[in-house]
Amino acid sequence: MANLAKLSLSEEEELMYTDQLGAILDHARDIMSLDTDDLLPTAHPLELKNVFRPDVETASLDREEVLSQAPASEDGRFLVPRILGEAP
Amino acid sequence: MADNSIPSDGVEGFLPGWEMVVGLEVHCELKTKTKLFCGCANSFGQEPNTNICPVCLGLPGSLPVINEQAVELAIRIGLSLNCTVDKSIFHRKNYFYPDMPKDYQVSQYEKAINENGILELPLSKKTVRIERAHIEEDTGKSVHVGGDGGRIHGADHSLVDYNRAGIPLVEIVSAPDLRSAEEAREYVTELRSILVASAASDGKMEEGSLRVDANVSVRRQGSEEFGTRCEIKNLNSLRSLTRAIGYEARRQVALIEAGERVVQQTRHWNEDQGITSAMRSKEEAYDYRYFPEPDLVPLEPSTEWISEIRRHIGLLPAARRERLTALFSDVSYGPVYDQIVTAVGLGLDDLVVGAAENGADPRLALARATNEVASDIGNLPRLTIENFSGLIKLESQSKLSATQAKTVLGKMLESGADAAEVAKSLGFEALDSTVIEDLVDQVIGASPKEWERFSSGEDQLAGFFVGQVMKLSKGKADGKIVTSLLRSKRS
Amino acid sequence: MGSTVGLGACEIAELVSSKEISALEVAEEHLALIESQDANLNSFLQLSSSAAIAAAKEVDAKIARGEDPGRLAGVPIALKDNLVTRGQTTTCASQILKEWKPPYSATVVERVSSAGAVAMGKTNLDEFAMGSSTENSSFGPTRNPYDLNRVPGGSSGGSAAAVAAKFAALALGSDTGGSIRQPAALCGIVGVKPTYGTVSRYGLIAFASSLDQVGPFARSVKDAALLLQVIAGHDPRDSTSLESPFPDLVSNLDKGVRGLRVGIIEELIEGAAPMVGEALMASARSLSDQGAKVEHVSVPAVTYGLSAYYLIAPAEASSNLARYDGVRYGLRVDGQDMNETYVSTRTQGFGAEVKRRIMLGTFALSSGYYDAYYVKAQKVRTMISDSFQNAYDRFDVLLSPTAPTTAFELGAKASDPLTMYLSDVCTIPTNLAGHPAMSVPYGLGENQMPIGIQILAPALGEVNMFRVAKAIENAAPAITKGLFWE
Repeated sequence: MANLAKLSLSEEEELMYTDQLGAILDHARDIMSLDTDDLLPTAHPLELKNVFRPDVETASLDREEVLSQAPASEDGRFLVPRILGEAP
Repeated sequence: MADNSIPSDGVEGFLPGWEMVVGLEVHCELKTKTKLFCGCANSFGQEPNTNICPVCLGLPGSLPVINEQAVELAIRIGLSLNCTVDKSIFHRKNYFYPDMPKDYQVSQYEKAINENGILELPLSKKTVRIERAHIEEDTGKSVHVGGDGGRIHGADHSLVDYNRAGIPLVEIVSAPDLRSAEEAREYVTELRSILVASAASDGKMEEGSLRVDANVSVRRQGSEEFGTRCEIKNLNSLRSLTRAIGYEARRQVALIEAGERVVQQTRHWNEDQGITSAMRSKEEAYDYRYFPEPDLVPLEPSTEWISEIRRHIGLLPAARRERLTALFSDVSYGPVYDQIVTAVGLGLDDLVVGAAENGADPRLALARATNEVASDIGNLPRLTIENFSGLIKLESQSKLSATQAKTVLGKMLESGADAAEVAKSLGFEALDSTVIEDLVDQVIGASPKEWERFSSGEDQLAGFFVGQVMKLSKGKADGKIVTSLLRSKRS
Repeated sequence: MGSTVGLGACEIAELVSSKEISALEVAEEHLALIESQDANLNSFLQLSSSAAIAAAKEVDAKIARGEDPGRLAGVPIALKDNLVTRGQTTTCASQILKEWKPPYSATVVERVSSAGAVAMGKTNLDEFAMGSSTENSSFGPTRNPYDLNRVPGGSSGGSAAAVAAKFAALALGSDTGGSIRQPAALCGIVGVKPTYGTVSRYGLIAFASSLDQVGPFARSVKDAALLLQVIAGHDPRDSTSLESPFPDLVSNLDKGVRGLRVGIIEELIEGAAPMVGEALMASARSLSDQGAKVEHVSVPAVTYGLSAYYLIAPAEASSNLARYDGVRYGLRVDGQDMNETYVSTRTQGFGAEVKRRIMLGTFALSSGYYDAYYVKAQKVRTMISDSFQNAYDRFDVLLSPTAPTTAFELGAKASDPLTMYLSDVCTIPTNLAGHPAMSVPYGLGENQMPIGIQILAPALGEVNMFRVAKAIENAAPAITKGLFWE
């Protein structure tokens, strides 16, 4: 999990989190036994649909303002360390 | 590396006893004014990071709102591919990559807006099933600095530009119904024509607005089971597509024949070396953790809206081919049909149909369109149907020779001028037939031996005489008139 | 202290609009109080003194020119630091956004500012709004203004403490599982979580997108109603924003509760401390005295809220928080390559609770567990909405404690996440249903700490909810204890 979430844990943390997550998932057992076969999942509390925006151009941000917040940049682009591997 | 032993020079002569199975995923950029979820311009080639806002940069707190036009164009594509258009939702596809501003991509996963369509290939007359055509957002783009010529491997660092992030894409996924690299090429060509004809995309492969991934596997001829497939990425042209598929299929056959196994993997096409190679494996298997995008609500296009969109789709390639075919008698195969397919593929059919409607000879119009106009297609917008019709008429009335007509057409494409004007400015006034007859007599007199042979039935010598007359007339004589004069003088 | 400190928002707006006091005076007096006292409370992460002075002067100038200064003219407001403010540091109380200056502002920030409110600064919170005590802030905990040894609740603890301490007349917070209502209860003020979709989320840094709502804090029901009216309403930049016009709450406040049907949720009394249960029953009797029909009602599915919430919210959070990767803004801790940089940035940038929830959410979404955990939780969400719906067929509003206890001591629950999570048991179900709910103070418990009563209503039931809130406020015993600085 830590790997997927791009986090690294010390051995101690790993034990602590395993314990705590175990306790939380244990608590969640109360819903596992519920009969929910006839229910549809609610992804969203609203019953909205088809919310659109017109295809009209709006202003872009100032590049310097954006890049001033970047940890590193070069030639108007965001600089990142070497990438191992293509995008999946 | 075993890869080097595999011939990489194209697709001809595929290994006998084997069959390849190909499915394509085509990503197509939609021709909207703005991005999928924000009002930044959908444009190509701007200064890096000048076309970004809180939404497409994924800044904390920003939220997406769907561009209605993007949905409309996606539906146009679906209808053009005979898909069922239905309600759909967006999911998040979670993975970390620097060109993805939010570290997830918003895409349609469980339910695509378009599903279960078909595409008919015009030449092989084959029906390819379309599994789905769904909407998703594009990612940014990186350039790699240091190391080997801008490649990702060995680079010191990379620079990211998010101008492309959030451009609307439709990903069209075919079933594994293609059986050769040529069919794959035909599929992409036809799909491109459909996208352009429905005005959903500009279909420019060279600008990346059409990008293809190919799933390739092989199996013994006659086998019903699928082999293990590999996905090839980075196919940026039709040439890359056919070469890569051919190479990959040969590679897989070579592996199996050597008693090895094909490993399911994603492979990268290297255009320079002409080979595919496995993408660097990651330290973990990807688990995209798809879940419904909570910042967006479902799409449920009404039947009224869908009909409205259907009404506004222009003539699609199949209908365009029929329109051309109707100008001729029985041409469902053969060279004229091939020209028809080419004309439609290149968007030249309006020109030919228009010329025919203006009374020009359709066969000549089709030939000039698919040869001379096609070779200077960038200047097509300068050529009006009227001017083109005028040229074809001049040629078929023998007021211009074929050679002259080609030259005139070339100039017309450059300047946008009228055929008669161009002809006049080039001094291409058609020679009077009495003048031509004089020239023919001169040539016959100068080559008595050849004339004797021609007279005794050596037809191939006609070309020699026509050439001589052309030389004397400086290309102004009409070849057809010369030929008929030669024939009449022989008898 | 100055004469305007302690005045409500409605009063200040009226006095400023009628030129009896200047917005500048109001701003200066509040800023002076914060500067002298907030070191003890730690309710603000950043104070925007010069911007506040400038905004106050602008309000005064508008009034001088005869223009409408807005409904919140000169009212000091505090903003939870997960609301994006252009050019002003916005941190979410996280090291990962320690120095981030956003290039845009949240819709709600723009709305309060164009209504004439004067923003004092950004308030403390549990990192990324994950917590119930404001102890998870990476910039130190906020304390309870009635007892500095106790927590103010969370995650909007800074906003709640600032309003309770009279540092500002109003504040904005966000509520994902009770993060406005629970601290309001623990600090003895009013806090509202509106119907999902009522208030724009554009510029609210997401924790769990399908649950998050921005809402008001105030020291009176009327002030809370006023602020909610200012921030509510359709925003085309938020796809989940409702188009229907928001009703006028203020003019309906004093219509009383005669004939309203009020149900006390049985399942939520059981786990509450006796003094909290007694306060709830006393508030119910007061409603009955004012003509409401009060009964007990069972809403069985609410007991599953906590479990569903602690799968759904972390799942959404694990995805929402992926973008903090050291590439475009915020902290970067360089590694050998991109992947190492991701890992070291996020490992150093996030605190323990955030990491815990990211991992929980990553698990709930991972292949093989998605259906068993995430989809199951979403079905339970449907069950909870249905259960509420059954209750609302017979009742106009429902009542429960806001929190099972009054404010606990700092550190009391810090080592056991599950115990901490249980303090949100009463507030979570409404977030899952998308319904509105609010907390109003009802005197002090035997430990001399404030108690809050939660009023729940069906979607868009804010008018009745506020009527009941006003009736409870009218009957509530006064909070007789002084603030830490009084």
